[in-house]
Amino acid sequence: MVQTLSAPRILPSGDSAITVEFSRDIDDGANKRVLALDRTLANEPVPGVTETVPTYRSLLVHYDPLLVDFDTLREKLLALANLPVPPTIKTRRWRIPVVYGGEHGIDLEDVAKTLKTTSDDIVERHVRGDYRVAMIGFTPGWSYLSGLDNSLHMPRRQNPRLLTPAGTISIGGVQTGVQCLAGPSGWHLLGRTAVRTYQLHRDPIFLLEPGDHVTFSPVDAKTFAEQDRAAEGGEIVAELMAA
Amino acid sequence: MSKLIVSEIGPASSVQDGGRHGAQRYGLTPSGAMDQLALAAANVLVGNTPFAAAIEIGPFGAAFTAREGAVRVAVAGASRNTDISGSAVALDASMTLADGQTLTLGFARGGSFSYLAIEGGITGEPMFGSLAVNARAGLGSPYPRPLQAGDQLQTPPASGAPERRIDLAAPPEGPIRLVMGPQDDEFSEEEKKLFLDSEWKISATSDRMGYRLEGPIIKHLHGHNIVSDGTVNGSIQVPGNGAPIVLMPDRGTSGGYPKIATVITADLGRFAQIPAGKSFRFKTVSMAEAQAEARNFAQLLRTLPDRLRSMDQFDLNIEALSDANVAGAAVSAVDARTWQIPSPADALAPD
Repeated sequence: MVQTLSAPRILPSGDSAITVEFSRDIDDGANKRVLALDRTLANEPVPGVTETVPTYRSLLVHYDPLLVDFDTLREKLLALANLPVPPTIKTRRWRIPVVYGGEHGIDLEDVAKTLKTTSDDIVERHVRGDYRVAMIGFTPGWSYLSGLDNSLHMPRRQNPRLLTPAGTISIGGVQTGVQCLAGPSGWHLLGRTAVRTYQLHRDPIFLLEPGDHVTFSPVDAKTFAEQDRAAEGGEIVAELMAA
Repeated sequence: MSKLIVSEIGPASSVQDGGRHGAQRYGLTPSGAMDQLALAAANVLVGNTPFAAAIEIGPFGAAFTAREGAVRVAVAGASRNTDISGSAVALDASMTLADGQTLTLGFARGGSFSYLAIEGGITGEPMFGSLAVNARAGLGSPYPRPLQAGDQLQTPPASGAPERRIDLAAPPEGPIRLVMGPQDDEFSEEEKKLFLDSEWKISATSDRMGYRLEGPIIKHLHGHNIVSDGTVNGSIQVPGNGAPIVLMPDRGTSGGYPKIATVITADLGRFAQIPAGKSFRFKTVSMAEAQAEARNFAQLLRTLPDRLRSMDQFDLNIEALSDANVAGAAVSAVDARTWQIPSPADALAPD
């Protein structure tokens, strides 16, 4: 069967980068095409391309205008983007331990109240999810996951917090996320993980790749504290599951 | 080894180089010098590779003292009063600090950033091939944070090579050049015209993440939220309040506000040097022109060593220099307390 793919929009991001946009919205099919094009460019490097940055619905392609000009690269990217998405892209599956609620997830009760249910029910719905890393961005290791249960979709906070803890697991809009470093966030904080998606002096420095699958497993506060110490010492703590 | 001691330093000063490339897909922004041409000029003056690590000095003054041997340095970038132990010295030139001598730099005049390169480079531990400070990510060496008084930089002793100056053409005047997009279709023709025809100023609450612009409010066509996508140095995003922000080397790697236009590579350093409060304008150019300018700029960077001159070809009028320094000493472009990370939620909240 021949797949018919719509051509992506090619948008200039200055004189040294091109945005290849597959959709204007968050869309699973578009994200798969982003990751497929990213992989194609990794496997068959195009002269002049220096770095690629996958996001939900577009791939940002950095290039050196001394080596390739905009028009040439646009045609090349359009041709590569229209190759069919490979049916199976080999990805990894991670299980990430999370301590939910209380001081670790200060918005859990409010989220339950807003959705007219119990905290336990929110945790169950969040743990049930089979997520995919749609993109990593904003700050090192901040992993945006697609696959959040429809019933947990809710608008971001009116007033973003300027400081939220490292390892925060939160939900915002149609997404859930694993935040690595302490920093600002407008999302609802459900819990924390000891897993460092970014840690210097550890191999690997970055744990997750765009496209990886993620599930969450609840742990108690004591386990979190133990895992946090182990992670501080360089342990990965997340479980790599059999594919 | 000799040492260069940071005796005094203001905010927004840190070790920077050509940047840390290749990990934006993991959310790690490149960082690196705000003005790559000035960084390269300073480095070339002391025989370093153009994008070696140097000290990026923000709009305020600084002083550096050589210890345990002589240290050869060069300063390029924004104009400043500069003296060694009270004797005025020229910028865009190399100079050697004898053991115990102090190089003092005043406030930046008509610019924001200067680069102090040290012969032999700065000794540090590169992460992803770079010493550039990215305080948020805990990266940078020898200190993963902006410099503070008392910091010590290890460096090879001065070679005794003859001092050099560099013949840089005056930076081009005129509007900062842009290519439109990637999300210019999120704005009406009237709003794009307003953006391009208006006079802008850089807010004092700007930093290495982004320069906030003061001017008219730019309205969105379909609201201010887009699905987060990748950013570049020079992306001009328009958040909900309609005040554009130009993203700089410490930017987030992705952002959820529409980006109306992008500053061209050749003008990024010139833009970074515009002092807070000074008026400027934008102008669009075609992609072909932007790329031709990017090639010219790369050619300029590559041929900087051809612009080195010996000091005896240089008639340094110390008296005139001192007069200029005295006249400039009263000028303070911005308030030290405001040139800090503003952490405004609208620039930082992820999507």
